[in-house]
Amino acid sequence: MSDLEQATVKETKPGGRFFQRFTREQRYMHGVLFTTFLGLAGTGLPLRFSESIWARGLAKGVGGFGAILFFHKFFAVVLSIAFLIHLKEIFTRGILHREKGVFWGPNSMVANWKDAKDLFGHLRWMVGLGERPHFDRYAYWEKFDYWAVFWGMIVIGFSGYAMWFAPFFAHFLPGWALNAALVIHSEEGLLAILFIFSIHFVNTHLRPDSFPMDMVVFTGVESEEEFAHKRPMEYARLKRDGKLEARLGEAPQTWQVHFSRVIGTIAIVIGLTLLVLTLTAYFS
Amino acid sequence: MGEAASFRSLLIELFGRLTNGVVCRGAGRRMRWGMLAGVLAGSLLVTNAGRLQAQTDCLGCHDNAEMQDASGHSVAVDGKTFNKSIHGTMKCNDCHQNIKEYPHPAQVAKVDCKGCHADEAQGLAGSVHADSKEHPCTSCHGSAHSIFPKADSRSAVYPLNIPNTCGKCHSNQGMAQKHGLASVYPKYMDSIHGFALSKEGLLVAANCQSCHGSHHILSRKDPASPTNRVNIPKTCGSCHAKINDDYMGGSHGKQMAAGNVKAPVCTDCHTAHEILHPTESAFRMQSTPICGSCHKDKLSTYRDTFHSQLGSLGGYVETARCWDCHGAHEILPASDPKSPVNKANLIKTCGACHAGANASFVQYQPHANAHDRKLNPALYYVRTFMNVLLASVLTFFMIHTLLWLIRARYNQIKEKKTVGGDHE
Repeated sequence: MSDLEQATVKETKPGGRFFQRFTREQRYMHGVLFTTFLGLAGTGLPLRFSESIWARGLAKGVGGFGAILFFHKFFAVVLSIAFLIHLKEIFTRGILHREKGVFWGPNSMVANWKDAKDLFGHLRWMVGLGERPHFDRYAYWEKFDYWAVFWGMIVIGFSGYAMWFAPFFAHFLPGWALNAALVIHSEEGLLAILFIFSIHFVNTHLRPDSFPMDMVVFTGVESEEEFAHKRPMEYARLKRDGKLEARLGEAPQTWQVHFSRVIGTIAIVIGLTLLVLTLTAYFS
Repeated sequence: MGEAASFRSLLIELFGRLTNGVVCRGAGRRMRWGMLAGVLAGSLLVTNAGRLQAQTDCLGCHDNAEMQDASGHSVAVDGKTFNKSIHGTMKCNDCHQNIKEYPHPAQVAKVDCKGCHADEAQGLAGSVHADSKEHPCTSCHGSAHSIFPKADSRSAVYPLNIPNTCGKCHSNQGMAQKHGLASVYPKYMDSIHGFALSKEGLLVAANCQSCHGSHHILSRKDPASPTNRVNIPKTCGSCHAKINDDYMGGSHGKQMAAGNVKAPVCTDCHTAHEILHPTESAFRMQSTPICGSCHKDKLSTYRDTFHSQLGSLGGYVETARCWDCHGAHEILPASDPKSPVNKANLIKTCGACHAGANASFVQYQPHANAHDRKLNPALYYVRTFMNVLLASVLTFFMIHTLLWLIRARYNQIKEKKTVGGDHE
């Protein structure tokens, strides 16, 4: 990296200090999650709207339906493995090692009373009725994203596998459950697609605070200014406890930033394209 | 060498000997000599008998390939070919009846085939091709002097040649439009029958006349036509006998036999000219909507299933279409014990694709209607729950995120910052 490029990066991120928010494993997990999610959405939507012209075009483009189904199952298996790894990690950290803060406290994804207060406080602030709440490490909408994916994984995954291995699942499920599986799978899938490609994209990446995308999930670090601004409660707590320095991270390399921008842009463009296709198919 | 030609060369030789033994062999000269010899021979015969007797009398002149009448039409006859043709043993004036002697009148009467072929002419008279000006016999049978028996591969009506013969007119868009007919020739040639005929050379493959007949071709609107929908099962059944039996034993055939002309016949599903092999993806793609054009409610509920979603995308043709479960020709109501969708047969029917299908598996409803609370209550409530979940989550977050966006943008403008719209 040239000195000039280094200087440019530093200019756009004043303050110079960067703090770690996500571990390498968490970033990879997000990478696998959004890659397989885009793959599943891209191969699932043509199925959901199989009567539309673009669905047939898309199916033809990837090699007919046999190929679409193959890729859908392939992404599903990869995502399932990622989910199982995540469950194993929660189990190991939370139950085997009895690590503090996995199931409660500011570092946990489990919702608490503050999240409810934050939601109402945030809504009040939006309409100009109060101060903005001071968010901690995980804000309520971030926890919602997490649990939406968690619930979606179970619901979509289970109904998907029930259809994939229908004769096997029929040993313990009634016949109508196989009918229900498709309804649940496609409705929940649709919800996930609409939610991620509109709400999650805007809440996390496209809102003025992070526009055009929040790089922290790609680089793992964020500038001190961003940290203090977005999660003031966590920042203040770490500072008070003298633990801030322990969270210091390295400034992202220029290639990392550029690479992440390209990947993130591609993901957002694919997502928004699928969103438009979904909406046109849904309302036509 | 044909009789006429050998006779002609004999004459040439004779004539040559008479004229100091000079035999002219140059092509152009030979022709002139030939003509001269013919004229001489003709006049000899006229002098002798006063009448034209044999082909050779005429071919003496007309065997010249360049011979034309006053208005420039060819009046040449290839004696060699004619000699081998089905009419080869006949005299010219058996057909050209107003020519009795030489020289013959400049105006020659049109040949009327029905003098001999009365049955065919009668059949043709009542047919769609009745107009003899537009459809002279020769339009199908080819040049009058080279007609061969229909079992002869040189015949224009030899089974393997029929599509080309009919196609001369029936592949013509202009003619198709004029008569309100489809240009059927290309469709037929790409069909399973066309392939069997043109690629495999199967004489038994259905050609145009197998279904339409030959001389007495009637419009399909005519109840007597073999292509009238009432007669179609019988027409197709003349080759596909087993399938016809199956069809007549099924609901559709029984309806047809009972006089319900709206009941589907072979061509409704298979089409008339573009008949494809039933395992071909194009056929599997096109047929479900055909069943659905009558069974509308069944098509709409089928559309909601995975079978349809997969199948609609094409390429993946194995997914169950109507006839994979209901049967194709002997379609029976589910209450009939012989029906593949009868409860007792479901494990076998579903098991054809879903190995390991059990009693619980076959309770799956391939035509479930999630909108019908009475028929499919469990499914109805599942769908309702999912819809409420979807609507409430999206509605709440739409409002939430829109408000947030507006507020953040407002702060951003107010504070004239390029980043950090949420700053207070």
